[in-house]
Amino acid sequence: MGQADLTMQGHSAGMMTDRPFAIPTKKLAMWLFIIADTMTFAACLVAYGFLRNATPDWPRPFHSIANVAVMTFILLTSSLTMYLGVQTAKAGDKAGAFRWTMITAVAGILFAVLHLREWMGLIGEGMTLFKNPWGTGLFGAAFFSVTGLHITHVIGGVIALLVVGLRYKGGRYNSDDIEIVGLYWHFVDLVWMFVVPFIYLMNLAH
Amino acid sequence: MTTVAEHKQDGIGKPLVVYFCILALAALQFVIAYQDIQAGQMFRRMLSVALVEAGVAVMFFMHLWAEKRGFLLFVVVFTIFVLLAMQYGWTDSSRLSHCAGYCS
Repeated sequence: MGQADLTMQGHSAGMMTDRPFAIPTKKLAMWLFIIADTMTFAACLVAYGFLRNATPDWPRPFHSIANVAVMTFILLTSSLTMYLGVQTAKAGDKAGAFRWTMITAVAGILFAVLHLREWMGLIGEGMTLFKNPWGTGLFGAAFFSVTGLHITHVIGGVIALLVVGLRYKGGRYNSDDIEIVGLYWHFVDLVWMFVVPFIYLMNLAH
Repeated sequence: MTTVAEHKQDGIGKPLVVYFCILALAALQFVIAYQDIQAGQMFRRMLSVALVEAGVAVMFFMHLWAEKRGFLLFVVVFTIFVLLAMQYGWTDSSRLSHCAGYCS
């Protein structure tokens, strides 16, 4: 069935454009994924807020901000390196784009290691999904769910960066693919901007 | 794949300025965390800073500002609508915190 036939069935010509918003298909798909994933994280954070608001003995287990500050610095810096990777790719500097993409991946690995180290510390203090020494058992479930979802995205992003970076270097992918994986990486960074204040900073032990 | 506006190279200066702005906003959240204020007030301040921080990142690092205005409106309006729609549960959360219905 051709486009003309579809139009004949009642769709206006404006609905039948092959590139909605003049955005390439792959890029639009990534944006739609980001919007959908925003809803996933928002639902998790809203559910977390619901529980925290409704629970009087909510634990405040974090005594130091050092670890989360370093993790935040690394992730924010990785957004800058990703941005530079996309810019250099668009400028045709293949070696430079590959280098920035790999630096971003290394930052992601470092972030994941620090995050897992923190998890091990909390587990070592007796925190599990269902209980902890400080208060309601809901805290462990909420904490591990939200941060676990985020770290899964980071690990997925690191794999994507490595695959896309190497294929870009090998000539199979082009600068558009670097841009698309860059969009995803910035989104992962963006989610962290909300996880840090609500999960960590509002649960500091004063 | 980028729009005409994006094809202009920004150099290192502009992204660095944006990066330091985002870093400063993140640092502000850490400062707020140590303020002696009520949880509700702290939540509002944290959320405000996070929204500004995310807005800067989306508009500049993700190039949303350089996209077609129609797409920008689609992303922003659709996202804000659904995010606001998720907030209906707060009233019930507050009801639970006051033990309505089942606490002795």
